[in-house]
Amino acid sequence: MQLFPCPFCGPREESEFHYGGEAGNLRPDGTDVTAERWAGYLHMRDNPKGPTREIWMHLTCGEFFAMSRDSVSHKVSGSSALGETEHGA
Amino acid sequence: MTRHYSALSLLREGIAGQTGWEKAWRSPDPKASYDAIIIGGGGHGLATAYYLAKNHGVTNVALLEKGWIGGGNTGRNTTVVRSNYFYPESAAIYGLAHSLYKTLSKDLNYNVMFSARGILTLAHSEAGMETAARSVNAIQVNGIDCELFSVEDVRRVVPIYNFGPDARYPVYGGTWQPSGGTARHDAVAWGYARAASRLGVDIIQNCEITDFIIENGRCRGVVTSRGAIRAERTGMAVAGHSSVLAAKAGFRLPINSYALQACVSEPVKPILDTVVISPDTGVYVSQSDKGELVIGGALDRIPSYGQRGNLPVLEGVIAGMLEMFPIFGQLKMMRQWAGIVDVVPDSSPIIGESPLPGLFLNCGWGTGGFKAIPAGGTLLAHLLATGRHHDISRPFDLDRFARGRLIDEAAGSGIAH
Repeated sequence: MQLFPCPFCGPREESEFHYGGEAGNLRPDGTDVTAERWAGYLHMRDNPKGPTREIWMHLTCGEFFAMSRDSVSHKVSGSSALGETEHGA
Repeated sequence: MTRHYSALSLLREGIAGQTGWEKAWRSPDPKASYDAIIIGGGGHGLATAYYLAKNHGVTNVALLEKGWIGGGNTGRNTTVVRSNYFYPESAAIYGLAHSLYKTLSKDLNYNVMFSARGILTLAHSEAGMETAARSVNAIQVNGIDCELFSVEDVRRVVPIYNFGPDARYPVYGGTWQPSGGTARHDAVAWGYARAASRLGVDIIQNCEITDFIIENGRCRGVVTSRGAIRAERTGMAVAGHSSVLAAKAGFRLPINSYALQACVSEPVKPILDTVVISPDTGVYVSQSDKGELVIGGALDRIPSYGQRGNLPVLEGVIAGMLEMFPIFGQLKMMRQWAGIVDVVPDSSPIIGESPLPGLFLNCGWGTGGFKAIPAGGTLLAHLLATGRHHDISRPFDLDRFARGRLIDEAAGSGIAH
């Protein structure tokens, strides 16, 4: 069982966490957003092989946070509370 | 040299000391240019090469594989073939694959050991039975063979199932596709490779794509670890690594890559002669011709390119398998592994020209690519040969995500993916 670091609770077992998506995928704003832009936000992903920054939820405390991880080795390099780059200003 | 596989050639080679067999496929050096390039030497890529040569007469083709053929998901799946899908578009594509599987051994002169042993998807509640009935109706309307099973039917087909009074997931019935079954996964890759090579396709292994050659906004070939190779049309069938190649070509795909695990037990005498899927335990089991129980389950819910898999899902799969078949509690597990699958929001494949003209896609099969190999090959070959969609592949174009015309099979398939 791998341990993930919740920035609020500390290291916990991976099964306590839920993947929430790639960090920085911001919802488009305004009334003139094209179908392609919506499809990009809703469906298109970088899906990187190697270093990645993602949004996760710690199910037991209910908090969202950002985690930096390697998608090949699964090594976690850090986690932090959500900042402006993850959910917009 | 002996080329054709038959009882007679077996006998002849037996007498001759097995010295006359021709190599199953050639291993030529890559040429500087071809009529078409196929990236990915798994089942879908190899089938594409074969149908390009056989159906369209395009034989000046290179198939490029970064490792060895059949070493990715084609060698890592649980070999199930079925076509019991909910939507007509899906029934058409998986039905095409299923019908080609039935005669594949003969077509390829290679025994892929397709065995129509039937597939049982269980229902564990009254609500589950209602969903099963709806599913059976839809599948029958699609022209696919499928029956609604009662508890008695399930007991007849799988007498060793856990029908005990204290079963955590009691059986209420299920759906049954009698023509579904299994095929030998490696043989599918090797059979297509041998047949494609015979027709003139160059199969080039240990040849990794490092970049695309892009001129005037069009894909004109690839740069590889063995030099540049040019072609007017390039197709890619690389499953879980589709996003990695797409990034090199300058676009994104609606794909998340996840590890999908499977494991096999030690070989035992025949005890399970069908494929059993339990959506509630999230586990499915069949027995290989070698006698091993082949066990698969749900995805690891952590995006991953590591072909290993994590422990919590494996633990859940084994627990579910023991709940379904307590008799398997004495078995020793022999091997566990994972493949990297390309999961799409609507659980349906992506086939069509990519945002980079001249580059064509066959990806997004998620957890169910093996069963679709003959169709994926037929349809990508059609695109590469004609530049246009086959009627069956048109609904699966990448443009469906911007148009909102998704084909959401998550509910229609036996297991969530």
